[in-house]
Amino acid sequence: MRKLLFESLFRRPFTEQAPPSNDVAVTELAAAVGRAARRRLGRSLSIREVDAGSCNGCELEIHALNNAYYDVERFGLRFVASPRHADVIMVTGPVTKNMREALERTYDAVPNPKWVVAVGDCARDGGCFAGSYAVVGGVSQVVPVDLHIPGCPPSPVAILQGLLALLDRTAKSATST
Amino acid sequence: MPSLIDLMLEGRQVQQHSPWPRATVDASVWAFAVGELAQGRWSLLGLWGEPSMVHMAIMDGHTAEIATISVDCPDHSYPSVGKHHPPALRLERTINDMFGLSAEGLPDTRPWLEHNRWGVRFPLGDRIIAPSKASPYVFLPVEGDSLHQIAVGPVHAGIIEPGHFRFTASGETVVRLEQRLGYTHKGIEGLMTGASLERAVQLAGRVSGDSTVAYAFAFSRAAEAALQLIVPDRAVWLRALLAELERLANHLGDIGAICNDASFALMHALCSVLRESILRASNTVFGHRLMRDIIVPGGVTRDLNDEGKDIIQATLDNIRLRFPALVELYDNTASLQDRTVDTGVLKPALAKQYAAGGYIGRASGRSFDARSTLGYPPYDALRFDVPVLNEGDVNARVWIRVREVEQSLLLIDQILDRLPEGPLGTHAGHRREAREGMATVEGFRGDVLVWLRLRDGRVERCHMRDPSWFQWPLLEAAIEGNIVADFPLCNKSFNCSYSGQDL
Repeated sequence: MRKLLFESLFRRPFTEQAPPSNDVAVTELAAAVGRAARRRLGRSLSIREVDAGSCNGCELEIHALNNAYYDVERFGLRFVASPRHADVIMVTGPVTKNMREALERTYDAVPNPKWVVAVGDCARDGGCFAGSYAVVGGVSQVVPVDLHIPGCPPSPVAILQGLLALLDRTAKSATST
Repeated sequence: MPSLIDLMLEGRQVQQHSPWPRATVDASVWAFAVGELAQGRWSLLGLWGEPSMVHMAIMDGHTAEIATISVDCPDHSYPSVGKHHPPALRLERTINDMFGLSAEGLPDTRPWLEHNRWGVRFPLGDRIIAPSKASPYVFLPVEGDSLHQIAVGPVHAGIIEPGHFRFTASGETVVRLEQRLGYTHKGIEGLMTGASLERAVQLAGRVSGDSTVAYAFAFSRAAEAALQLIVPDRAVWLRALLAELERLANHLGDIGAICNDASFALMHALCSVLRESILRASNTVFGHRLMRDIIVPGGVTRDLNDEGKDIIQATLDNIRLRFPALVELYDNTASLQDRTVDTGVLKPALAKQYAAGGYIGRASGRSFDARSTLGYPPYDALRFDVPVLNEGDVNARVWIRVREVEQSLLLIDQILDRLPEGPLGTHAGHRREAREGMATVEGFRGDVLVWLRLRDGRVERCHMRDPSWFQWPLLEAAIEGNIVADFPLCNKSFNCSYSGQDL
């Protein structure tokens, strides 16, 4: 273990070892997210993820946001265990009828001010599951949505881009009120 | 002792069903098969319904023969399998939820996927309008001094799928875990009915996001079996490449995540980096990080060029360079081993009874791996070992994954080395008459089974059985006697699919 830790001290961070095109995008986004988040919410934004019926594909990519390449925590964006600690709920999946109440109750448990980010094509309108007897539809049919991030699933970079867009919007509404 | 073939001769065999036979049998033959399952001579591969019929797929463990038997249910009932063979319990509860066909003698008649929320009952059978109303689920009664219950979910404290766990604990020790699933039920089999092949394979690839390749692979193979399509060699080999990349990515992610649940974050961080490297390579080479929508009936939609080969090879080289140090770290960290060794033990007898697939079965002495046991192409032409351990604890499930990572690296080497030239697919033509096909594909989690009937270019009925159906119940057994704090560790080492089982 010592050897691995020692290596990590001297190895350049993975965030800079990404392929060039991705690397530029990540770095640009990283700077932008950092600025916007600070303006609106001080130094942090807490996110509670809710799977309202997804296939788990979106969860895999949201997980990836925490890996060493994207490392969202460096911007103060962090995933929290309780909705009580959250500023944002990030919802995936077509909302299934069996998850509807759980989603509503999770939303209600988040203190104001709060934002809802719907992640993935299913979360917009039910995607390829729309019309099923077991599916309500998009997230906005159950709770008010501030932002949709499209993709099946959206890549971690796309999710980060989405968070940036949200931060910009909340920052604007904060200055206008 | 009669073989599965004899059983087929007893019944009325369906002509257009391949590659394995299916026969409609009477109650006595059905009962005989149930007896063989209960005796442990045969394994249950799947149990699913149609509006007035129930099908059961069986495998003879010794000969790897597979057959499907069916019973008519004119009175909306059939003799229960679960009464004698517990692995069928949840499947029979589901058949009742979906079709309104009841299993005579079923000891547990509570709904399973149905939560009284759909607005209809028996959505795939004779539908009845039933207003949605919340009704409490009756958990199994627990009696005893100083027992307390812990209710967890459906919304969990992490970025994971929803499900409910009801623990009954005596102090720190779990005396019973009862699962309640079905929260992510999307009605996929309902959407499949009447779908075109293009839409159906897209839906299949969205049953369980981490197994999107395995599902598209299994669905396509079943459709090709039904239509008697010959898939070009290059496509067959590319499919295996996709499947092994998916297995690698998931196993690497799991190994790290299991250690993370023992609060050993270093392994998690380093394994996540390796996992990400595969997803990035997949994105560059195949245009999608999870390799979704690439396998379709008839072939594949993306080719691999020399540049792509180099990218994959470089990714594998990097994993070969980094992974052994991580394995050594896992093996030599006593505090981590203290958490994983002897934790969440699944007894081999239970793994055999439930025909548990994947690392769960193979960590508990069950050597079944669809790639080698059934030897579907191109695996019949590839060399690889199937690691098997008998300890059945979290540690064994980690080691099976480690060994399978190594095997997948070797498999990809062989595939890249011997990838045949040729076309990427063949046209999936229409057949007017009904034709049935079935396929089993080894996903990273275990064997995915797909059965379907096509008619006139459309899906008439399709059933997809996730390996988790026979793994979730075993988690309830494995956690017994462990402390509550070890549940995340046990759960992650099983890593069952919610969406795959809820469907």
